[in-house]
Amino acid sequence: MIGWILGVIFLLIKLGTVLVALLLVAGWLVYVERKLLGRLQLRLGPNRAGPFGLLQPVADIVKLLTKEDTVPGGADRMVFLFAPAVVATTALLIFAVVPFGKEWVIWGRRVPLVISDLNVGLLYVFALSSLGVYGVVLGGWASNSKYSLLGGIRAAAQMISYELSLGLSLVPVVMLAHSFSLVDIVKAQAGIPFIVLQPVAFGVFFISAVAEIKRIPFDLPEAEHELVAGYHTEYSGMRFGLFFLGEYITMISLGALLAVFFLGGWHGPLLPPLVWFCLKVSLVIFVMIWIRGTLPRLRYDQLMDLGWKVLVPVALVNIVLTGGVMLLVAG
Amino acid sequence: MNNKRTTNQGMVEMIGSLAGGFVTVLRHLFRRPVTEEYPEYKRPLPERSRARIILTRDPDGDERCVGCYLCSGVCPVSCISMQAAEREDGRRWASWFRINFARCIYCGLCEEACPTLAIQLTPDFETCQYDVLTLVAEKEDLLVDHGGKNGDYNFYRFAGVDVLGEKGTHVGEEEPVNLKSNLP
Repeated sequence: MIGWILGVIFLLIKLGTVLVALLLVAGWLVYVERKLLGRLQLRLGPNRAGPFGLLQPVADIVKLLTKEDTVPGGADRMVFLFAPAVVATTALLIFAVVPFGKEWVIWGRRVPLVISDLNVGLLYVFALSSLGVYGVVLGGWASNSKYSLLGGIRAAAQMISYELSLGLSLVPVVMLAHSFSLVDIVKAQAGIPFIVLQPVAFGVFFISAVAEIKRIPFDLPEAEHELVAGYHTEYSGMRFGLFFLGEYITMISLGALLAVFFLGGWHGPLLPPLVWFCLKVSLVIFVMIWIRGTLPRLRYDQLMDLGWKVLVPVALVNIVLTGGVMLLVAG
Repeated sequence: MNNKRTTNQGMVEMIGSLAGGFVTVLRHLFRRPVTEEYPEYKRPLPERSRARIILTRDPDGDERCVGCYLCSGVCPVSCISMQAAEREDGRRWASWFRINFARCIYCGLCEEACPTLAIQLTPDFETCQYDVLTLVAEKEDLLVDHGGKNGDYNFYRFAGVDVLGEKGTHVGEEEPVNLKSNLP
């Protein structure tokens, strides 16, 4: 009984820590992105609020919270109010299965550094990232605005297309790890990270992940120059903030997934496992920002071509080749 | 075969140029930003940049404005208004002169239209106010004690006042020719 209560307490502590840490990191990730992007473009980035502009996220949040929360006339009220929550929630929930470190031992109890080690963790991740599409599409549709609707349609097409290659690129990883559990996948990379064994799958996953979080060069759903702001054109105040938050949390969680699936998760010499994990996630996020600073936006047909004619076939061939090599090695 | 090679070359070229772009952007991370931080550093503006409007004076201290209404007429947003009057010596001036800077678009057409170089634009652009009425400038706000961009110019030494002295005493005027001594 005491053990059970202790377990619940540990779980609650873990939940709270991860939630708070994730929200804080997402807030300051906006700052880091703006700062880095500024430096990549020979600008300074935000530097007014607090030392080095470090309080910029606080100022942003105060601004977003105090702004009027408008609902456009003719909008589908219920859906309009509900959609941003879907985006933010699904983004947050993905983190439930991400392992950030080795087990800790506290008072003789083994505490795994993951909220929930689902045996089908990978499927859970895909289920949630598919659910995230609903938030975007419903938000775009409920706004009763042409720009929003176009953004929503684009988002639906893009996210569904790239989810396919996202899923297919992970099949070889599952084959190598013999498990859907993210913890087991990390454990399978104790020797060599999968990026060495599966560079093609890594490339496909990375490109699809960037497309999945709708970042440059795949930011067609919110292309400023043609669609104002795409699916969140009509949103204001904290509801816009939730879309924004969801985007950055998804950025962190996909960075974390990339680290888990291909970069060996928490494995690494010398430094503690948690630090290694954070380092790897930061590296992935830095590369995403670097890409944003470099590449222009793809055209819509190029986007679809890349998804269906390049990434999906490459991922499929990769699965077959991996299976063949595994059979040869085993046989 | 030939076609295939060109495709491969295209691929190599594409990847090369993509990588080049990434390297260039990354290199910018280690360069000094070109930003000038405004309130701390105010970039010296060119003398002829157009901002706050002034009314200048002659070198001898008199107002240059002759109240001709040309600036008021040419102003595309009609932000200049005045009342012309005449002094005892026949010199014209503006008894009041008003510019509504809330409407001014700093196009500089008034400066171009001015026949006496009285109205001029200065590089001083920090004119923000919280109350819009404080942006209405009267003559005493506009008048300065210098000649602006044309310090030595004095319109009235050449024209614009009644000739009060004897013939041939005006600046640049020659002695009148005696017709009788001029006979062949």
